[in-house]
Amino acid sequence: MNRHTKEKFIKYILFLIALVSVIVLGLIVFSLFREGLPIFKKIGLADFLLGLEWYPTSEPPLFGILPLIVGSLIVTLISTIIAVPLGVLSAIYIAEIAPAVLKEIFKSIIELLAGLPSVVLGFFGMIVVAPWLQETFDLPTGLNIINASAILAIMAIPTISSISEDALYAVPREFKEASYALGATKFETIIRVILPSALSGVSTAVILGMSRAIGETMVVLMVAGGAAAIPESLFDSVRPMTASIAAEMGEAPYRSAHYSALFATGIVLFFLALVFNMIADYVSNKYKQVGSATL
Amino acid sequence: MEVHTIIDVHNVNFYYGRTKALTDITMSFRKNMVTALIGPSGCGKSTLLRLLNRMNDLIDGTRVEGEILFEGKDIYAANVDPVEIRKKIGMVFQKPNPFPKTIYSNITYGPDLIWSKNKNELDELVENSLKQAVLWDEVKDILNKSAMTLSGGQQQRLCIARALAMKPDILLMDEPTSALDPISTAKIEELIEELKKNYTIIIVTHNMQQAARVSDETAFFYLGKLIEYDKTEKIFTKPDVRQTEDYITGRFG
Ligand SMILES: Nc1ncnc2c1ncn2[C@@H]1O[C@H](COP(=O)(O)OP(=O)(O)O)[C@@H](O)[C@H]1O
Ligand SMILES: [Mg+2]
Repeated sequence: MNRHTKEKFIKYILFLIALVSVIVLGLIVFSLFREGLPIFKKIGLADFLLGLEWYPTSEPPLFGILPLIVGSLIVTLISTIIAVPLGVLSAIYIAEIAPAVLKEIFKSIIELLAGLPSVVLGFFGMIVVAPWLQETFDLPTGLNIINASAILAIMAIPTISSISEDALYAVPREFKEASYALGATKFETIIRVILPSALSGVSTAVILGMSRAIGETMVVLMVAGGAAAIPESLFDSVRPMTASIAAEMGEAPYRSAHYSALFATGIVLFFLALVFNMIADYVSNKYKQVGSATL
Repeated sequence: MEVHTIIDVHNVNFYYGRTKALTDITMSFRKNMVTALIGPSGCGKSTLLRLLNRMNDLIDGTRVEGEILFEGKDIYAANVDPVEIRKKIGMVFQKPNPFPKTIYSNITYGPDLIWSKNKNELDELVENSLKQAVLWDEVKDILNKSAMTLSGGQQQRLCIARALAMKPDILLMDEPTSALDPISTAKIEELIEELKKNYTIIIVTHNMQQAARVSDETAFFYLGKLIEYDKTEKIFTKPDVRQTEDYITGRFG
């Protein structure tokens, strides 16, 4: 084989491999839709998305997933509010402030956090956080929005922190030097030069952290409490979409309405994840600042 | 004309970790003059320059011995805040490094840190600084555009204007034209000529002609040591040391 055919061959193989992943993804999406869409023969799209009652096994069954959507969104939102400041601040500390020794220690701890299986975290939420919440606030149950959000935040922090950290490292040294040379302190330099330059990366980190939270299943299954109702307070239980699918799929008869409704819930989740990724893409382009000086 | 010393360097040694980059440097810089630092690459010119505004503090594991007096006070004394030193001693880097902000906010970056000025004062400051850097006419209509849209030479003059906006006593320039084309270089050299009326300028340069053209005094360094320091004219016509002559005539370096 001469060099030319060899290169062509390699190119071809790589193309095929890329094609396989695209096809697999396509097939997954296809089967999601094939199994999920039949529910809309029984119930309208609006009744499905905006229905307030999810009683899939009652007679007649009710397939309103609004409480599930709200459940997913609320735990994602609260966990983001907890995780973003912690994740971004720890990234700033690690990238810009910590002395070399501490830097390594903090990085390892955060990596360790990222490696914790979600079922372990869920367990922690169930047997440590839940009883504590229940006693401290005198609640009927400690398995609720706050608990799930806190555990999800712990899971999102490593994602947010490590991607933000990379973004901070990528800020050209020239900008920092320019700032220091003008008599800015470290704090001023971080706030006025480093963070703005890293904004696109940091926003991407935040959104990826959120999509991590919205897709997470085990934790919410274990600690969100499982009540399929629109919550009225942060101490109420919720039943996020992922938890509902995971809990019910085993008992839903094959190709029943319930089965199909769960797949349709999966479609909703799929679109939400898609939207998150599109936003991440958009912000990372929008805030992308032109790099250092070019001639 | 009476000449004042503005910076006095006394027996300075400098280390990057274990490597010694400067050995026993003693020299004085004169007020309102242009001093050129020349020498082959790696001889410690940038290191010395960055010692004068404590920029080397930002590098881990560095160590200074000796004294550097700025207007009579040791800038490495324990009670001195490097931030205050950098406000009085401005710096222009080899590669133009404007912030990815508007032209206007590049200039106001430094002043914003200290004075809370009103809009009029800031406008005036921006105009004056840009005029001093001979950039005003080119950018007066695009002050709110990103500094990144300027050419390399304009960016470098913006960086000079940005440093001038702090009203520093001294301007340190580390090979400010090495990344620029000949026309931009000529503009910056003219600018230096103008600025020396009001500022003390210390400039590192690789370009012998540039040193000869813009400076009043020239210091030649070799392997971290100060070899010869004298009036520029003297250095370029009849230097005392053989190494200086060899370097200037291009026999090495
Ligand atoms: N950040 C640094 N860390 C370690 N060594 C350095 C650093 N910067 C410069 N040096 C070393 O110090 C010496 C002087 O460098 P420098 O002052 O940059 O020289 P010049 O500006 O004259 O070319 C060189 O040997 C260089 O390798
Ligand atoms: Mg240098």
